[in-house]
Amino acid sequence: MSSEEIIFYAFSAILIFAAGMVITIRNPVFAALSLVLAFFTSAALWILLEAEFLGLTLVLVYVGAVMVLFLFVVMMLDINLAVLKEGFAKYLPFGAVVAIIMLAQLAVIVGPKQFGLDKFANPVAQGVEYSNTKELGRQLYTDYLYPFEIAAVILLVAIIAAIALTMRKRVKRQTMQPEQQVQVKRNERVRLVKMPAEKKL
Amino acid sequence: MLDLIEPFMQWMPESLANVSIIVMKITALLVPLLLGVAYLTLAERKVIGYIQVRIGPNRVGPRGLLQPIADALKLLTKEIILPSSANRFLFLVGPVLAIAPAVAAWAVIPFDDGMVIADVNAGLLYILAMTSMGVYGVIIAGWASNSKYAFLGALRSAAQIVSYEIAMGFAIVGVLLAAGSLNIGEIVLAQQGGVWQWFWLPLLPLFFIYFISGVAETNRAPFDVAEGESEIVAGFHVEYSGMAFAVFFLAEYANMILVAALTSLLFWGGWLSPLEGILPASVFDIAVIGALLGPGIHWFLLKTAFFLFVFLWLRATFPRYRYDQIMRLGWKVFIPITIVWLLLVGWAVVDHWAPWFD
Amino acid sequence: MNIVMPDFAPAIPEMFVLAMACFILIADLYVSDENRFITYLLSLATLVGASLLTINLHTGESVLTFNGTFISDTMADVLKIFIYLVTGVVFIYARGYLQDRNLFKGEFYVLGLFGVLGMMVMVSAHNFLSIYLGLELLSLCLYALVAMHRDSQDASEAAMKYFVLGALASGILLYGMSLLYGVTGTLDIAEFRSNINQIGDPNHVVLVLGLVMVIVGMAFKLGAVPFHMWIPDIYHGAPTAVTLFIGSAPKIAAFAMVMRLLVDGLGGIHAQWQDILIIMSVLSMGIGNIIAIAQTNIKRMLAYSTISHVGFILLGILAGSRAGYSASMFYTIVYAIMSMGGFGMVLLMSRVGFEADKLDDFRGLNERSPWFAFMMLILMFSMAGVPPTVGFYAKLSVLQAVVGADLTWLAVVAIIFSIIGAFYYLRIIKLMYFDKPEDTTPITSNPEMRILLSVNGLGVLALGIFPSSLLALCMAAIPNI
Repeated sequence: MSSEEIIFYAFSAILIFAAGMVITIRNPVFAALSLVLAFFTSAALWILLEAEFLGLTLVLVYVGAVMVLFLFVVMMLDINLAVLKEGFAKYLPFGAVVAIIMLAQLAVIVGPKQFGLDKFANPVAQGVEYSNTKELGRQLYTDYLYPFEIAAVILLVAIIAAIALTMRKRVKRQTMQPEQQVQVKRNERVRLVKMPAEKKL
Repeated sequence: MLDLIEPFMQWMPESLANVSIIVMKITALLVPLLLGVAYLTLAERKVIGYIQVRIGPNRVGPRGLLQPIADALKLLTKEIILPSSANRFLFLVGPVLAIAPAVAAWAVIPFDDGMVIADVNAGLLYILAMTSMGVYGVIIAGWASNSKYAFLGALRSAAQIVSYEIAMGFAIVGVLLAAGSLNIGEIVLAQQGGVWQWFWLPLLPLFFIYFISGVAETNRAPFDVAEGESEIVAGFHVEYSGMAFAVFFLAEYANMILVAALTSLLFWGGWLSPLEGILPASVFDIAVIGALLGPGIHWFLLKTAFFLFVFLWLRATFPRYRYDQIMRLGWKVFIPITIVWLLLVGWAVVDHWAPWFD
Repeated sequence: MNIVMPDFAPAIPEMFVLAMACFILIADLYVSDENRFITYLLSLATLVGASLLTINLHTGESVLTFNGTFISDTMADVLKIFIYLVTGVVFIYARGYLQDRNLFKGEFYVLGLFGVLGMMVMVSAHNFLSIYLGLELLSLCLYALVAMHRDSQDASEAAMKYFVLGALASGILLYGMSLLYGVTGTLDIAEFRSNINQIGDPNHVVLVLGLVMVIVGMAFKLGAVPFHMWIPDIYHGAPTAVTLFIGSAPKIAAFAMVMRLLVDGLGGIHAQWQDILIIMSVLSMGIGNIIAIAQTNIKRMLAYSTISHVGFILLGILAGSRAGYSASMFYTIVYAIMSMGGFGMVLLMSRVGFEADKLDDFRGLNERSPWFAFMMLILMFSMAGVPPTVGFYAKLSVLQAVVGADLTWLAVVAIIFSIIGAFYYLRIIKLMYFDKPEDTTPITSNPEMRILLSVNGLGVLALGIFPSSLLALCMAAIPNI
């Protein structure tokens, strides 16, 4: 086995293990952390495929930002696992059957018979000078400009929707206005009062 | 250096030789880095001491120079206390997750032309990815401690890191636009030609934003509400003691050095000499003086040291920010400025503005 | 590196809508609640402007741009015009309802406009990626709109169901697309079509599975049986103004999606998907019409009626002829107009604290307002397919196309189910004309809605008497294949 193969199988094993943990483990925080591990190992696999931009972006976006916020929520919510697990045993046989059928279908359809190396040539390994970040950027901003822009609009709508659905104007707000705060003058806060000295009784 | 080692490697199989060379490189980087971290703690106490007209530590060793060693020994021998209802596994994993990315990010930092462990094309992206992972150590530590103070500190710190990462990322995008590469070595080389060619000038606002965001990312004063000893004792690491605590400390200082090093690489020309373009080229050919005045690792270390000093200077000078002010600064001030400046840089690059983008 | 600037001209209406939506989004921040009317007017102006641009830029030829991800042809332009029209009417109908419920906010209009943009993208898509992204843009706006009434438990529940099921359907659609990409190596629809012909084997297992998954995704978005379960719950739970929007314009876009994906892209293996569509269409007509009879809530009833109408739309498409496609397009447009009127009536009758969504609320409408009872009569007749309303012609042209494709038995089944369906439409008419009103509060609503609803009702009648122009338009929109 070449070292690349060793790395591939090692990371694949970790990935499958982590993905399994995500759905089987009891503690939701551990489940979320397993998902982080799964993302991280799949990023490593992508880098092994010479897709370093995608791999690093996966870490940057999903591991570094999305999952952090996700963990926030999971940690702050008091999740009652007993309730979540209630139907688990009941639906398990049915779910298992569906899963096995889907697995079999996938094996037939996405298996080597249809997508084997004899059907699709091995991708060309690019040299050191080849930057797939640049190539990806060129594709996105020329050939796929229109879908790319629409994707940006979708994100904008997601922001609008999230704000529209969650922001409530609080009646008694105590937020401060920094621009007003810094404009305060001495005279507005301090008043010098002249008082006659108290007389001794 | 490698030529010297090569003969000793002859007897090994090739793959093993490769691995051992990599391990040696890592050791050669890590040992000075950790020493640097240790002495940065001393420097911090000394600098802040002098700023406050004190002397600082002066008992252990000549002029207190052995103080970090004493501290390290003390922490090593202390007991690591496990809070009774803490999550044991995560409690111990937390510090590891804090230090691992802080150290891993150094793999792509070039100290001199070609003097880098991994000369990868997407180096800058790798740095961003690694620094964004550092937040896990904080969150996990805060949650696993099962303490309200620790959890509050972790939440504050994580929210702060995630927020400032955006401004930091945008500032880095500015550098990448200007240099046209994600490889840090190439970014430095793109700044060749003297101090006025370095990116601090065309990217001045981005430089400030990068550095300030770096201070916020490392949870350093004046953005250290995550530790906020006056309100939440010490934030996410209240429950830690002994070496586990020291590891967090190491991570924080390693991150500081990383931010300082990156600032000097991305905006201040890394190992390039500021005298290029000022002195006549013939000066650099003189035997020893030429090497000193010309580009080299010493310039890089000097610049990094200066930015580390700024870190300490800031801590000694500014009072702590209030939390909502931190968030306001990050989201409402930095991000808009970076976006506007990015547009400007993009225009300048397309338009080939001399002397930086010709 | 040579960069060829794409031709932006065909996409000017999209850019206009996007720019205006962003402008309204920001302008709305500076408008106080009393002046929310400005947002409303600006949104209507956007739709008017977009229609003018679309009409002016119409060339009658099909133009590809943005590296083939965008197409501008007659079908796209016609469908876009109807999308603007229907959305504009929705905005006007919705105003009174929203004001009564304290929902008259800029977000409704901004999200509505972004939804319109999503529909435009779908209608003009010439690449799997643009179809999918347009669909997601539209769906995201709809999810948010359904949830807009934040304090209503029904609405939140409906939004949750819609979101989870919609995301699942999108996932299936995307997976199907990825399989199709795996087979043909392209996402471009024209290229895809020719690559499929090159494969030559219509029973290629990956191709068929991809096709099935794509059809499942589309059937969900259309609401065809057996992927219809969301429709009644969401129509019922959403605020009526939003139901009105969901039930009208997106159907036009969904029709375009089916045309682009199945007909343009997968037309070469028509025989493969015809059978699937036949089953779905028969089931939709059957289940939709039969379950609708049991409903007591008019929103639910109209939801099931939607399902049955979707069955009819699928009938025209599965016929696989030009006449079938144009009949289907005609049916879709007519359905959007009828459904607008139907939900418009529910909006008209509702007032503060009263939803008017029970069938019983329509009892004795004739005594309260003979004119609007008459409008409802026309709309119900049209939905049932009674001549001389336009619904009759829509059903007729679809059935003609089905018979033309040698599927006479299917036409007979469709007629039987229509007759069953006529029962519940006529029941409403019976309630309105032969029962005593339970509640005698006069019907109040703003004048623009009254006028428009009358135009809506009369339009259904007028189109029924003179259907030829719209029929001809639909015929012209479908190119010879």
